[in-house]
This record gives sequence, structure tokens and C-alpha cells, in this order.
Amino acid sequence: MSQLAFWRSGSTRVLPGFGLSMGISVLFISLVLLLPITGLFGQLSELSLAEYFAIITEGRVVASYMVTIGAAAVAALVNAVFGLLLAWVLVRYEFPGKRLLDALMDLPFALPTAVAGITLATLYAGNGWVGNIIEPMGLQVAYTWVGIALAMAFTSIPFVVRTVQPVLEDLPAEVDEAAMSLGATDGVAFRRVIMPHLWPALVTGTGLAFVRSLGEFGAIIFIAGNMPYETEITALMIFVKLQEYDYAGASAIASVVLFVSLALLLAINIWQGRFVRRLHGGKG
Amino acid sequence: MTLSSAFRTGLRRSLLAVAVGTVVSGMTFSSAAVAQERELLNSSYDIARELFAAINPEFQAWWEEEHGEEIAISQSHGGSSAQARAIMQGLRADVVTFNQVTDVQALADAGLVAEDWQDAFENNASPYYSTTAFLVRKGNPKGIESWDDLVKEDVQMVFPNPKTSGNGRYTYLAAWGFAENEFDGDEEKIQDFMRTFLRNVAVFDTGGRGATTSFIERGIGDVLISFESEVNNIRSEYGSDDYEVIVPPVSILAEFPVAVVGENAERNGNSDLAQSYLEYLYSEDAQRQLAGFNYRVHNDTVVEEFADQFPDTELFEVENVFGSWEEAMENHFEGGALLDQLQRR
Repeated sequence: MSQLAFWRSGSTRVLPGFGLSMGISVLFISLVLLLPITGLFGQLSELSLAEYFAIITEGRVVASYMVTIGAAAVAALVNAVFGLLLAWVLVRYEFPGKRLLDALMDLPFALPTAVAGITLATLYAGNGWVGNIIEPMGLQVAYTWVGIALAMAFTSIPFVVRTVQPVLEDLPAEVDEAAMSLGATDGVAFRRVIMPHLWPALVTGTGLAFVRSLGEFGAIIFIAGNMPYETEITALMIFVKLQEYDYAGASAIASVVLFVSLALLLAINIWQGRFVRRLHGGKG
Repeated sequence: MTLSSAFRTGLRRSLLAVAVGTVVSGMTFSSAAVAQERELLNSSYDIARELFAAINPEFQAWWEEEHGEEIAISQSHGGSSAQARAIMQGLRADVVTFNQVTDVQALADAGLVAEDWQDAFENNASPYYSTTAFLVRKGNPKGIESWDDLVKEDVQMVFPNPKTSGNGRYTYLAAWGFAENEFDGDEEKIQDFMRTFLRNVAVFDTGGRGATTSFIERGIGDVLISFESEVNNIRSEYGSDDYEVIVPPVSILAEFPVAVVGENAERNGNSDLAQSYLEYLYSEDAQRQLAGFNYRVHNDTVVEEFADQFPDTELFEVENVFGSWEEAMENHFEGGALLDQLQRR
């Protein structure tokens, strides 16, 4: 019964008053989120503006942005396609092992990313199971940026699947049947009926996957090869600065990643808000 | 709860447990603390786990015999820069046994270790030492004997990134020291040599163990460069038939510095224990164990016993070629310094 009450909207709330719950929320956010970020900016204040820009525009660091953003973009796009497909399969079909596949989807979250990286490198290196098949075909994955994108795709696929899945579950198969009975072809039904509902979730999921990939370190470092200017990711640049006891330099590069991520998340949120309003005829 | 959802929750839980376990074990505290026992915390570098696991019980037995007191020793292992940072941020280690002079110096600069720490124990406070050596594949197909063989066009090397690993820094400095000698200090030729040297690196792992994995498990490169102790250990672990150890005729002296973290030891009431723990590393018994782990040692008796194991080689000190560690760091490894310039495209 209490569960029912919990879900009921309106004036009844099972959690104690606004003041207390909001207070605890703010305290929690401050402790785990705002305080560390404040610390980051505290470190930054040791730098002059000129020093700051010198650090974040240094050639090797800029090359690492290119590698990171490029690979993250590829990983996010690949995940958008295959994540949508996976969510579709998981929601629309019944097949043996479905629950297992569903549970497996969370594996990248549960697995320590370093383990994922080592496993991927083992598989895709020249003497690995996959590597010794594809490398003779001239396709090198491990120790190239393709490997970086692969590691990113692995760690971020749940974001797409888990954001699209619930939306798809709310969209019964009867919807496409109705569209088809009104004369829509498969393609039209998908484009005009299904996709408009999925877009916001798909874009959010892809965006989250992209942002997650920007910050990934553990999984990538073992498969990247880490060659200067070619396969060095930005997170490694931060790690390097830390090894040099250069906290300010590390914070400077970290702040770039932070700003880019925040800007992207904000953009996605704003876009999604607009999209939903348009979907509901400007009233939502 | 249905069976499948129970399975799912169970699966998630166990995966979570694996995740948490791995994170925690990243920095292991193998503590066996019994109430009232004094406990010494030794903060050490990553690959010294087995070494101190062998030495600690011996010291405990020795201390009990001498003082009639049972003590516990805890170990903390990690990259030695990360360990130094942890101590600066409050890890209450009594002693440090590192593989980087610069990391102990960082603690001294932060006021946690006595400024004259290098004089506190014999041999620059380095109870054992090593050098940089090569591990090549069976039969040494590329004929690698010394540093100039590494700049040949068809040679591919694996060693950890000098930017993130002290081990990698030694390799870089050793190659530079060789070139300095070879080209009689001609800066331009040295830099050309180093540029080619760095270009022949196949993979830059962040640490020594990662480089080992790349070389052994992934089969990358013709030669792995690491501490002599480490390449010998790797060879005995992965098969002495498949790999050969080459100690180049000229190489760098790698010190393994130790120090008492004064303030912590005092606060923990462990000052005497910390001091004699580090002194114990110079004892014949400990030196024999160290030699068993392929480290070079100072004790004459032990040196003679293990003479076959350590080929004669000319070792130069960082101070002789680069002035001091401080200068080496500043001129070579800091952002925008020589290493960055040599790798610039």
C-alpha cells in the first residue's frame, strides 16, 4: 500500500517535507559534486590566464582533444545505431536468454573499466583471438584510435540502451500495427511513427555516451598504445600532469573536459525540452 | 521475486562485488593487526609486493628475538609517485621504500621526510640497486647487445612512458647517458639518437607491468626495457627458454631509496621500529633475499655469492651525467622540456 502512496502524484508525499528533503539533497550534491569541483577551480586559481591558455593549447594536448573527441564521436554514433537495435530486440521480441542479454547490458557499468580494457586489448592484439584474424586483413584495432573508439563504445553502450528501452516499452507494438493498417509502409511507420517518440531518448542516450567517453581512462589506456600525437587521450594528459605533481596543469586540462561535457549536457537538455514541447503542440 | 530476477540481482551484486574488490585491492593493505600490537606501515612501489612479503616475516622474527615484542607490518603498494601523493594527503605510512629518488625528495620538499634523508642510511639511503636491462625474444633474433642496437630501423621497443613511469624515465636517461658518452657530448647528435630511439617505441604503457603485458602477452616488440631485477623476474616467471636477458655494457644506476617518514612514525610511536626496519634491509639476511629477487646489493659476502647472476657492467649515476635529479627532471621531463621536444611532430 505504501508503495502505491509513493507513486501517487498530488499533495500526498511519503517523504518528509520539502525543507528537509531539499536540504539533504543540497547537502549531498555539495559534498559529492560541488565540493570536488570547487577544489578543481581552487587548483586553477594558481595559474594566470596566460599560463592557463598555454597549458590547454599545447600541441600535444590539442592532439589529444582531437583523438578523444573523434573517437568518442565515432563510439557514440556506433552506439546510437546498435544501442537502438539492442533496445528494440530486448523490448519487442521474446527469445530464450532474453533476460540474460538484458542483464548483460549492465556489464560495462559493473565491470571495472581497466578489466574491460585489458580484455579488449587481449582480444584485439595481433596475437589475440580477434586480432589474429583481422590483422592479416590489414585491419588493426589494438593500439590505434579504432581501439580507443572500441573501448569507449564498450563502456558507454548501456547509456543508449537504458535510455531508449523504457520509452520503447511505453510504445506498444499496436502502434506500428495501427500505422500499417492505415497504409504506412514499414519504413514510413518507423520514420514517422516510432522515431519521433524515440528521438529525445536516443539523443540523450547518445549524448551521455559521448560525454562518458570523453572522460574514460581505465578501459582505453590498455588498448590505446599511448603514442604521442597519435593515440594519446586527454585523460592521459591529465594523468601525466598529476605524475609530475603539476596539480594546476592537471586541473587546467580537466577543466576543458568539464566545460565541454557540461556544455553538451546542457545543450542536450535544452534541445530535449524544445523537442518535447514541439511534440506536444507547443503546450507541454 | 521470480527466479530470473533473483538471478539478475544476484549477478549484479556479484559483479558489483568484483568491481569494488578490484578497486580496493588496487591499494592493498594486507594488515594482520591484532589489538595492542604495534603496526608498521611500509609504503612501497608497485612491483615490490612479493619482495616485502618475503622480508617482513624475517624482520618480525628478528625483532621479536631482539626485543621480545610481537609487531605487525602492513604494506601499501602503488606507483611510487601515487604513493608519495597519498602520504602528502595523509596516508600515515611510517617508512617509504620507493624506486624513485624524486618521489622521496618530493616528500622531503613537503617536510614529511628529513631534508638530509640521503645521509640517514648508507649508500645514499639505497639498500639495494639495479640498472636498466633488456629482455629479448629467444635467440635474440635482432642481435641486440647495447643501446645503439635499439635505434636500428627494424627494431621495436616496449618500455613504459617516461611521462608516467619512473621506470620509463630510467630507460630514457640510460639511453641519453649512453649517447652522451658515444657522441662525446655533441648535443645535436645526442638528440638525433634520442629522436630515433623514441620513434622505435611500439607501445607506451603507463607503468612497468603494463609494458610487460604488451611484450609478453601481446607479443609486441623485439625488446622490453625495464629494471634488471624486473626482466630477470619476468624471464623466470614466463619461461627462461623463450626469453633472454641482455645487460648492456653501459647503463644507468637505479637506486631504490628508503626513508623514515619522521612525523608519521613519531605520531604512531614507531620511530625506533621504522629506523631499525630500514637498517635491517642492509643486514646480510635481507641482502641475500634481495639478491634472490635479482636486485644488486652492497654486502660483500652476498655480492660474492651471487657474482654469476650480475654481469659486470659500467653503471653511471644520474648526478654524473645530468647534474642532479632535479636538473634531470627540469631539463628533460617537465612539460615542454626535452622529452616533449623530441617527441614533437
